[in-house]
Amino acid sequence: MSSESSGSSGAPSGSGQESAAAVELRGITKRFPGVVANRDIDIRVERGTVHALVGENGAGKSTLMKILYGMQRPDEGTISVDGEDVTLHSPADAIARGIGMVHQHFMLADNLTVLENTVLGAEKLYGIGSRARKKVMELSDAYQLGIRPDVLVEDLGVADRQRVEILKALYRGARVLILDEPTAVLVPQEVDALFANLRELKSEGLTVLFISHKLGEVLSVADAITVIRRGTTVASVRPQETTPKQLAELMVGSELPSAETRESTVTDQPLLRVTDLHLSAADPDGGLRTVLDGISFTIHKGEVLGVAGVEGNGQAELVEAIMGMSDPDGGSVTLDGQDISHASTRSRRESGIGYIPEDRHRHGLLLEAPLWENRILGHVTEKPNTKGPAFGIPGAPHLLALKEARADAERIVEEYDVRTPGIEVSAASLSGGNQQKFIVGREMSHDPKLLIAAHPTRGVDVGAQAQIWDQIRAARREGLAVLLISADLDELIGLSDTLRVMYRGKLVADADPATVTPQELGSAMTGAATGHLEHREEHREDGPAPDTEDAQGAEDAEDARDSDSDTSERGGDK
Amino acid sequence: MSRLKDKFSAQAVLQALAAPALALLTAFVLSSAVIAATGKDPFHAFYVMIDFGSKSDSQVWIINKAIPYYLSAAAVAIGFRMNLFNIGVDGQYRVAAFFAAVVGGALALPGVLQIGVIIVVAMAVGALWAGIAGVLKTTRGVSEVITTIMLNSIAGSLIGYFLSEDKLAVKDGNLFHTPTIPEAARFFLIPTSPDPIYGTVVIAAVIGLAYWFVLGRTRFGFDLRAVGRSESAASASGVSVRRMVVTSMVLSGAVAGLVGMPTLLNKSFSYGTDFPTGVGFTGIAIALLGRNHPIGMALAALLWGFLERTGIQLEFEGYAQEIVGVMQGIIVLCVVIAYEIVRRTVLRRQQSAVGAELSAQGTPGAPAGPDAAEAQDGKSAQSTQSKKAGTTA
Repeated sequence: MSSESSGSSGAPSGSGQESAAAVELRGITKRFPGVVANRDIDIRVERGTVHALVGENGAGKSTLMKILYGMQRPDEGTISVDGEDVTLHSPADAIARGIGMVHQHFMLADNLTVLENTVLGAEKLYGIGSRARKKVMELSDAYQLGIRPDVLVEDLGVADRQRVEILKALYRGARVLILDEPTAVLVPQEVDALFANLRELKSEGLTVLFISHKLGEVLSVADAITVIRRGTTVASVRPQETTPKQLAELMVGSELPSAETRESTVTDQPLLRVTDLHLSAADPDGGLRTVLDGISFTIHKGEVLGVAGVEGNGQAELVEAIMGMSDPDGGSVTLDGQDISHASTRSRRESGIGYIPEDRHRHGLLLEAPLWENRILGHVTEKPNTKGPAFGIPGAPHLLALKEARADAERIVEEYDVRTPGIEVSAASLSGGNQQKFIVGREMSHDPKLLIAAHPTRGVDVGAQAQIWDQIRAARREGLAVLLISADLDELIGLSDTLRVMYRGKLVADADPATVTPQELGSAMTGAATGHLEHREEHREDGPAPDTEDAQGAEDAEDARDSDSDTSERGGDK
Repeated sequence: MSRLKDKFSAQAVLQALAAPALALLTAFVLSSAVIAATGKDPFHAFYVMIDFGSKSDSQVWIINKAIPYYLSAAAVAIGFRMNLFNIGVDGQYRVAAFFAAVVGGALALPGVLQIGVIIVVAMAVGALWAGIAGVLKTTRGVSEVITTIMLNSIAGSLIGYFLSEDKLAVKDGNLFHTPTIPEAARFFLIPTSPDPIYGTVVIAAVIGLAYWFVLGRTRFGFDLRAVGRSESAASASGVSVRRMVVTSMVLSGAVAGLVGMPTLLNKSFSYGTDFPTGVGFTGIAIALLGRNHPIGMALAALLWGFLERTGIQLEFEGYAQEIVGVMQGIIVLCVVIAYEIVRRTVLRRQQSAVGAELSAQGTPGAPAGPDAAEAQDGKSAQSTQSKKAGTTA
């Protein structure tokens, strides 16, 4: 079945050639309609190693892991576990073969304790009583997971929840652990703790398959690295023999685009002024909690203001308050001299706010509607989509300009390089990157004064990412003000003129993107550092030692996310 | 590009025809099986239906029957396009017709004016009755499915209460009905032989046209459909979802208010205990069958009328009287399933067309990598296409 691979095949040679690999994938091919498929994937994962699978967003990593975890069947190719060919029909099959998976979005019941969550669905293994508790504690001690079995999951932070997920997999007898982008939800300090756990697992003979697109992390923890690009394995390298730059080039197939923008276009004309904004939201259990507190900032024409923060600290709520999707209960929002604190979303859009939403499927597109109708979405009152009132009678229903909207959709497809066979296809049939390019094109087509860009390049391939960055930069030169919210610290540092850090609904720190490092931002994101983040070339001498500060910070961050864990989970959705 | 566009529009036409053809064929086969299972000859049944249904008095009967069905379907469809399930059309049209009849029987205005008043009252009462459900949904979060069902019962009781001699009705033999509307205020008839067609067919045509125009061509219609497709996206695009829920319920109710008009203004001229009920539920089936499309619903309403008309004749021929109900159920099920199958197939086709487009174009933005994966793209995309049929299972 498996044909000769075009890419270099196999895992790093060396040890374990005589013994069977923990997992071996040969010639895996998976086709989906319209999306990048896995093609002739060959991976050999040695037992007792941390094996990293790297590739940019959309390269096919997650699909591959779903195949290995039995969630999807490959069209071609074979999987062998411990030298034995297997066919995995379901995750239950995979678990029976000792393969466990920790998903990017945790699958935990908030209102149950850690112990209950662990036992749930695996009651047959060790019962639900003292035997189960003993086993949990054994595992926790053996791998230094630091599990507190009787704590409710809803009281745990993200890093702790992740450890519970790992525990769940181990409890079910996993010998091979798949971690899908485990560091995406963690701040740098928590990442180090996770990696310590992984090394522990490895030393006990377990195998870890680790998916990531963050190269620094991969190089620091992996024993072997397989690079996936456009659905196929392009290289297998050892971390000692490569550099982040080489890896990046393997991932992308060319040099990485840069988010750098250095020539300043900031003017002294304020465009968006947010003063002392306050917003409370109702909890599911009826309580009120503050999600935005005392937010004040000003964005000038030609300025990009970047907001950094661990997801769920109020960024989504800030965007909704500025877009008018939620009504703030204190403070004011002024756009170009006009008070819009309580204006409707539509009037805000009409007065020149462009919006690239965080979740394009929920907020940016009508998935089932054809592309040209999506051209109208959000701008139904604006040219070229409207013909004004019927027959020119004031007050009559406004008519759509279908022909003009179609023509303009064609133009966006052309100008913004949206890969689609036409504008009559439904938005759902486009790939994520092309959907995003279409949204960017739509929002830019109305000459916004202010662009709210929430994670504008999330889940977008590198080519599209560079295009979107270019468009934001070009518009900024024309005097566009941008509120940029991103989880990608490099993107934030590269694009922003001013950086603010959001933590528990407040803007707690600011930084100069020209000098700040991701590490420094990370420590402010955990609440450890506040005020103006001054970059030090040397080790800090006047402040507390970074190590202790970091540890403290990590805990604080977890607390912060406890309070609004529901938003953080939603926020992580692509 | 334009060639591809043509392909897609051809596909759209194919989809438009494939689904109903598939559905009717399946329904035909299944209905035959059911009739055969009762020990009767299915082909003779169909012969009887077509023969009897195509007689001229049957045609008039079918058209007159289809008018309220069509109006009811339009009322339901407005809700459907908005992702609201207005089960309450039944209650809305009965309350509306009742109060319109009361007003019509009490007034003696010049003819045209009085017809106008009756229609406006009907629409207003229907809108009000449906609006209750809309307001409850937006302010209290109560599902419109629950409230409209309950409002149906309340409508029945309300009418029952007022439909007595000492309240708003007169007694006529064993029946109670509202005072008869004066002759001048009755709707015109279209003289056809042997029986006339109700003039209220014009109302149905106007509503169908307005439905098509408002939903497809106006900003309001776009906003309404946007909410129906994705509430979150619509709200981010600037639509006030709450206001839209109330507005569309009110509109749906206003159209529902018209459902009783053909009967009231062309046939009974009063609201009595024998006023037809259940048309609101028939409307749900017809809206489903007609895919919320103005022409589709017209055809569906006529088909429904045809089945009911010919069902009577089937009984005379010794077939079970339930056969028509079974057929109606089978048709609705087949249509819903067939459209879903066709929709999925088309989406898959579009996705693979997009995928093929992607591979064919290559990625001019990204320079070629050092490996052979690039060169393989076109080839494997083709093989993806050709092998797709084999791998869908």
